[in-house]
Amino acid sequence: MSPSVPLQEMIRAIRSARTQCEERGVIQRECAAIRAQFRQADNGGRSHNLAKLLYVHMLGYPAHFGQMECVRMIASPRYSEKRVGYLGAMMLLDEKQDASLLITNSIKNDLSHSNQYVQSLALCTLACMGSAEMCRDLAPEIDRLLRASNSYIKKKAALCAVHIVRKVHELGELFVPAARSLLSEKNHGVLHGAVVLIIELCEQNPETLERFRKTVPDLVQIMKGLVLSGYSPEHDVAGISDPFLQVRILRLLRILGRNNEGASDSMNDLLAQVATNTDSTKTVGNAVLYETVLTVLDIKSESGLRVLAVNILGRFLLNNDRNIRYIAMTSLQKIVGTDHNAVQRHRGTIVDCLKDQDASVKRRALELSLALVSASNIRSMMKELLLFLSSCPPELRAHAASGIFNAAERYAPSQRWHIDTMLHVLITAGGDVRDETVPNLIQLITNASELHCYTVHKLYRALLLDISQQSLVQVACWCIGEYGDLLLKGDCQETEPVQVTEDDALDALETVLQSHMSSPATRGFALTATMKLSTRITDNVDRIRSIVSIYGSCIDVELQQRAVEYNALFRKYDHMRAAVLERMPVIEKNSPGHTNGESTGEAVKDVPTAKMKQGEPLLLQQPANQVCDLLDLLGGSEETLQPGPAVDCLVSGLSVHAAGTAGGDLLDLLGGFEPAELSPAPQVLAYDKGGVTLTLSCEKQSDTGLTVTLTASNSSDSDLSSFTLQAAVPKSVQLHMKAPSGDSLPARGTAKVTQMVVLNNPNKVNLKMRVRVSYTRQGSPFQDTVQIDSFPGLDAAGQ
Amino acid sequence: MTHSMRFLLLFSRQGKLRLQKWFTPMSEREKKKIIRDMTTMVLARQPRSCNFLHWKDLKVIYKRYASLYFCLAIENQENELIALEVIHRYVELLDKYFGNVCELDIIFNFEKAYFILDEFLIGGEIQETSKQMVNRSIEASDMLQETMEEYMSKPAF
Repeated sequence: MSPSVPLQEMIRAIRSARTQCEERGVIQRECAAIRAQFRQADNGGRSHNLAKLLYVHMLGYPAHFGQMECVRMIASPRYSEKRVGYLGAMMLLDEKQDASLLITNSIKNDLSHSNQYVQSLALCTLACMGSAEMCRDLAPEIDRLLRASNSYIKKKAALCAVHIVRKVHELGELFVPAARSLLSEKNHGVLHGAVVLIIELCEQNPETLERFRKTVPDLVQIMKGLVLSGYSPEHDVAGISDPFLQVRILRLLRILGRNNEGASDSMNDLLAQVATNTDSTKTVGNAVLYETVLTVLDIKSESGLRVLAVNILGRFLLNNDRNIRYIAMTSLQKIVGTDHNAVQRHRGTIVDCLKDQDASVKRRALELSLALVSASNIRSMMKELLLFLSSCPPELRAHAASGIFNAAERYAPSQRWHIDTMLHVLITAGGDVRDETVPNLIQLITNASELHCYTVHKLYRALLLDISQQSLVQVACWCIGEYGDLLLKGDCQETEPVQVTEDDALDALETVLQSHMSSPATRGFALTATMKLSTRITDNVDRIRSIVSIYGSCIDVELQQRAVEYNALFRKYDHMRAAVLERMPVIEKNSPGHTNGESTGEAVKDVPTAKMKQGEPLLLQQPANQVCDLLDLLGGSEETLQPGPAVDCLVSGLSVHAAGTAGGDLLDLLGGFEPAELSPAPQVLAYDKGGVTLTLSCEKQSDTGLTVTLTASNSSDSDLSSFTLQAAVPKSVQLHMKAPSGDSLPARGTAKVTQMVVLNNPNKVNLKMRVRVSYTRQGSPFQDTVQIDSFPGLDAAGQ
Repeated sequence: MTHSMRFLLLFSRQGKLRLQKWFTPMSEREKKKIIRDMTTMVLARQPRSCNFLHWKDLKVIYKRYASLYFCLAIENQENELIALEVIHRYVELLDKYFGNVCELDIIFNFEKAYFILDEFLIGGEIQETSKQMVNRSIEASDMLQETMEEYMSKPAF
C-alpha cells in the first residue's frame, strides 16, 4: 500500500526539530494548515490531514478541533476516509464527548454495509467506545450479526456483544441464545469470541452461569481436540495448538466448575490430560499449564489433581525463566493457606529463591517463606531469614524484620533463642524495625529472668561495637541500667566471662549520651540507665551525681527535666532512691497467641509497685484462654505498704497466677443483677467457724457495679487481733477493697469489723468470690478460706 | 466493568510514545498520567528483571523489542504468561507486514500499526488467534483502500 506522503513529510519535519520549542513551532504551523484544510470543501487529501492530526495528538498536543472532521469522515463513502475517520473517533472521541453521539447513525448504517471491511470498522469502533445509549440502540443489530454472517463478522460481533453487556448489564439476556450456538462453530476466532462472551455473561449473572454449566462437556470436547490434535499450521505456536483459545476455555471451565462438584468432576480428566501432555519447554506451553493450575486450584478438584497442580508450581520454581519463577511464587502464595502441606513440600526451593537476583522474586520468596514458618521448622527457617536480612535489598528490610519478629514470637523454641534472634535483627537491621520493637524486646527480656545476666553481657558487648542503631542502643542502655549489677559481677554461665568495671559501664553510657548519633529518646534511655546504676554500683556514685547535674542544664528539655528530677532524688529524697530505682517487676504480656516453649507457668505478674496504692483495684488483663487458679493467688503475694497515708491493715492482693498445670477452674461470674431493692439489703451468713462469723450483704450500684459489705463478728471467748479479710474474684471482674473499720475483733461480739468491697462486673459473668480470713488468736496465726457462690439480692443463677 | 486488557502502550527508550490503545474510557488527564507513570516505571527496571509489574490494581506486562518497549496492562486475575504471548504475537504481525519491522516503521506508519492492532484485538480481547487470518484481513483492507482510491480518482462522465 502506498505510504501517505504528506503525513510522512510532516513527521520528518517534526522529527528534525532540534529543540522542544522548535517542535512546537512546526506543530503549530502544521495544525494551522490542517485546520484550514478541514474548512475547505472535499478534496482528495482529507484522510491524510486527519492522520496528521492524529500523529500530532499522539505527541501530546491538543487535537479536539479534529473531532467533527472524524464525524464527517466516518460518513464518507470512501473506504480510506472511513478507515481514518473511525481511527480518529477511537482516538479522539469517547463516550463523554457530545460528538460521539453523532456517529451513532453512521455506525448503524455501516453495520449493514455490503462490504465486510466497512462492517468491521463499525464493529471495532462500537466495541471500543460505544456509550450505553449507543449500545442499547445497536444491540439487536449485533445480535443479528451474531447469528447470520460470515466468521469474519461473527467474531467481531461477539466481542462487540461483550462490550455491550459490560456497558448495559440487562442486555446480557439478549445474547445468551446466540452465545450458546456459537460454541458449535469451527472457526477459532469465532469460538474464542464466543467463550469470552459466555465468560462475561456468566460473571454478570449467576443464573446464566447455571444455564451455561451444561456446556461443560462441549468445552471439554473442544479442549481435547486442541490438545490431542496433530500439527495445525494455522494455529500452532511452538507446538501448542492455539494457546490463546486453550487459555480462554480453561478460564471458562474454572468459572463453571467453581463451587460445583458435578461440573468439576466432568472436567477432572481433561485437566489432568492438559497438565501432563502440555510441553513445558517454551513459555507458551507454560502459559497453558499455568492457566490449568489456576483452574485446578479454584474448582472442586480431587486431591490427586491438586497435588499435581502444586507440583507443577514446584517445577516452575526451578525454571530458568524468572517470569515463570515469579508466577509460581504468586500462585503458591495464594494457596499457602488452603494447601499448606502441599506447599511445605517445596519449602527448600522457595527458600533458595531468597537468593534470586530479581527483586520481585525475592520479595515473593520472603512473603512465602514467612507464611511457611512453623513450630517444626522455626530454627532452620530463621537461619535462612536472618541470612536474607543481612543482604536483602533495603526496601524489603522493614518487612523482613517485622516478619521475623512475628515468627519468633509465635514459634520461639526457647526464651534464649528468642532474645538472641531479636538481638540479631537489631544488630543487622536496627534502623528498619518498628518503634514498638524496643518495648517488646524489653518486656521479653524482663520475662526471661534466668537470662538477665546473659542478656546484659551480650548487649553490653554489642553496644561497644556499634552505637548507631538506635533501637539496639536503647535496649542495651535499659538493660545496663536495670541489670548493671549482674553485668559487673562478671561471671555468667552462658557467655565467656568478661571483667566489666563500674567505670566501663559508665563509660559506655556516657558515650551514648554524648554521641551525635544518639537520638533524643536514646539519650533519655542512657541518662535514666546511668541514674539507675547509682543503686547498683558502690564506688562511682559521685561520677553519676556529676553526670546528672551536668545534664540539669542540657538544652534538650526532656533530658533537662530528667536530670533535674534525678538531682532532686540525690539531694532531697536520697532515702527513697533505693526504693525508686530498685529492680522492676516483670512486665505483663498482653498480647495473645503465645506458644512460648518454656512457659513455666510461674510467671507471677505483680503489678509494678509504683502503681499500687492501698485499696487500688487490680485490673486483670489475661487473654481469655489462660486458666487462672484463684486459690493460689492469695498466697505469698501480699503487697507492701506504700509510704503515704498510714493504714493499719493489709491490702487485698490480686495477683494472677498463670498456671500451666494447676488447673484452677475458670469462674464464671453471674450476669446482670436484679434492680436494687429499696428495703435494706438482706444479710447472709457466709462463714461460721471457731466463733468467727462473716455475714455479707449486697447493694447494687449500677448495671454492672455492686457493693458487698462483709461484717465479721467474734463470739468466742478470746480476743482476735490482726484480723484481715482478703478477697478474690474472677478475672474479668474489678475489685476494690475499701479500708476496713478495724483489725481487732474482741471476744463475745462486743464489736464488729466491717469491710466494704466494691465490685464491677462489666462482662456480666457469674459472680463468685473467695474470701480469706486471717487473724491471730492468743499469739497463733490462723487462716481460712470460704467461697461465696450466691449473693443476697441475686437469684440462684446469679442474674 | 472489567476488560482483560486495560491499555497497550509503545514507547521508545527515551520515553517517547509511539502508540497508545485504551480499552476503557479515560480522560485525557488520566491518560497522560498513566503514560508518565508507565514510562517512568518500566524504564527504571533493571535489565534482567522479570517482565511483570504491579501498578494500582493491575498487572503490567512489558517487554523490550529492540528500541521499543511494549507495555500491556491486564486485570489482576489475568494470565501474565499469555499476555507476554499477546505482545509477542502483535510484534510478529507487525514484522510480517513491514518486513523486519523497526521503530521507524511504526513512527512513519503509525496508522497502519493501529489498523493491524484492530484486526488482532477488539475491546481489550483477542479477536483472531490465527496469524495468517490477521495478515490476510489487513492485506484485503489495504487492497480495498487502493481500489477505492483508484476508483474515486477516475473522472466521472
